[in-house]
Amino acid sequence: MPARLDSTSDLRSFQRLMKDAVVRPLGPGYRMQKRWRDGRPMADVAAGFVRPNDRLTAFERLEIYNRMYWFRIIDSFHEDCPGLRAVLGDRKFDRLAVAYLTKHPSRSFTLRNLCSHLEEFIRAEPRWTAPHTALAREVARFEWAQTMGFDEAARPVAQPADFARTEPGRLRLSLQPYITLLELAYPVDRFVIAVKKRDTLRAEASNATTSGPTAARKRRVARPRRERCWVAVHRVDNVLYYKRLEPAAYRILAALRDGQTLARAVMAGGRGVTPAQVQDWFALWAKLGWLCRRK
Amino acid sequence: MPANAFNGRTDYGIGIGLRVPHYAHILERKPVVDWFEIISENFMCGGGRPLEVLDRILEQYRVVQHGVSLYFGSADKPDREHLKRLKALVKRTKTPWISDHLCWGSVDGTYTHDLLPMPYTHAAAKRTAEKIRQVRDYLEVPICVENVSSYAEFHASEMTEWEFLTEVVERADCGILLDVNNIYVSSKNHAFNPYDYLNGVPHHRVGQMHIAGHTKFEKYILDTHDHPVLDPVWQLYAHATRLCGVTATLLEWDDRIPSFNEVHDEALKANTFIAEAHLRQAYGGQASTVVKAKAAQRQPRARRARAS
Ligand SMILES: [Fe+2]
Repeated sequence: MPARLDSTSDLRSFQRLMKDAVVRPLGPGYRMQKRWRDGRPMADVAAGFVRPNDRLTAFERLEIYNRMYWFRIIDSFHEDCPGLRAVLGDRKFDRLAVAYLTKHPSRSFTLRNLCSHLEEFIRAEPRWTAPHTALAREVARFEWAQTMGFDEAARPVAQPADFARTEPGRLRLSLQPYITLLELAYPVDRFVIAVKKRDTLRAEASNATTSGPTAARKRRVARPRRERCWVAVHRVDNVLYYKRLEPAAYRILAALRDGQTLARAVMAGGRGVTPAQVQDWFALWAKLGWLCRRK
Repeated sequence: MPANAFNGRTDYGIGIGLRVPHYAHILERKPVVDWFEIISENFMCGGGRPLEVLDRILEQYRVVQHGVSLYFGSADKPDREHLKRLKALVKRTKTPWISDHLCWGSVDGTYTHDLLPMPYTHAAAKRTAEKIRQVRDYLEVPICVENVSSYAEFHASEMTEWEFLTEVVERADCGILLDVNNIYVSSKNHAFNPYDYLNGVPHHRVGQMHIAGHTKFEKYILDTHDHPVLDPVWQLYAHATRLCGVTATLLEWDDRIPSFNEVHDEALKANTFIAEAHLRQAYGGQASTVVKAKAAQRQPRARRARAS
């Protein structure tokens, strides 16, 4: 890094160095690592650009930012993924968080998108979640679906006129962007509800008393056993819901989401589906405002 | 100067930050509040509950947008997608001005989500001012830049923080959101006189002020926004109000947030200092005696207004 910062390019070099120091994982005891990535003492690297004062060394001043970064970002990760934390336990969850956030630091102006690559990361590096990788992946997908369900856009709902205007062989609809369809090997919806319930109890208990750990605080939510299910994470009147779907209904919705025509989507439901069932499902989806026009 | 070009020539009074724990209280009881400051990023989404709440707030209250991620001081160019979303929100809220920080926090598209201090150099001031102009031209709304609290200083710096702030706002021809708590925190961390800072900035550019609480540690002070405003910060606020005139003021309380009424009552304490500034003009040196009597009358009135 240049000693003087005389241009935007010098400023960029300065910011790259400081950013790299700030986002570097903490060492033992949640302190800044003692050595820089090239082996030099971190104290020398910090002293190269940070001024000490009469109370703090350059290392200690830079460390304040390094620690604040990780505390903030891990906090946000905890907030977004209580279910995944319950699957892995605190220590394993924190190790996953550091590994994930080191590989996928935030690329968005908002922390809301922090976990957008989490499922992909768990798949690529299963060692952080083994032996619960399959469940961890599904919980990560489910929790990301909740983020989408909470504040993703809603588009104009498809109207009866849209159905009347175009024949089913050509009509292509879409699912609301805030809906995520999930085909799951575990009943993750029930598991996440149980974790939320436990955490609410824990919050109430800790408000009520400041003394030692309560039963609610200690209680673990058991990991779910395998059980295939089909779920839509969605919202109604801006409240988040999880809706179980019949497999055929799931297949029809997934086909619509993927851009199939209405006729083909209905066929994707399979042979056992009756016209009456299809009619009921579409009536329900229309009521929930799930179907919209394609962009 | 209550109203100036940098706050859209408004005279907004005392506001508080719109925070989730207070939503129910505000929407159900509709307390009398001069204005709310929102964190823009929390509402730059596609839909859902955040925008529903915002729209309901906008029906009743004046709202000003405060951002945490424009990073005027980052070497990176402003992000077009970010600005597009921000502009849509500006249209929705009709905010008379927007504010964000004189800092950086991202580089090469990676975000730290922190407000990192600048090296105070002429080149950085020039680049920062350029970006403020670009953002303002795109958003078509006045901008106030806020001084941040900091815990580190750099060898590369060529001037004091207030000289840097002055150079940036003069070059950009923009306003200042003067955070007096941040000045206090940084003055302790970097051993400067906070009154030199206050005296050294262009007062006619101050479009808004922030007050907040902080936490003292053994070797430094942290800007935590989880306490009432401390006395030395109120003293700085009084001095700033004398220098800049009565300015739209916002109390920041972001952590361990108490009840709505507690936060609002803390913010309304600013009235004491605002009244003093008004009376100083009218009575000169006698102002502080008169203001104490007036302040005693003001508090209950504020409370009644809220209950109605
Ligand atoms: Fe502030």
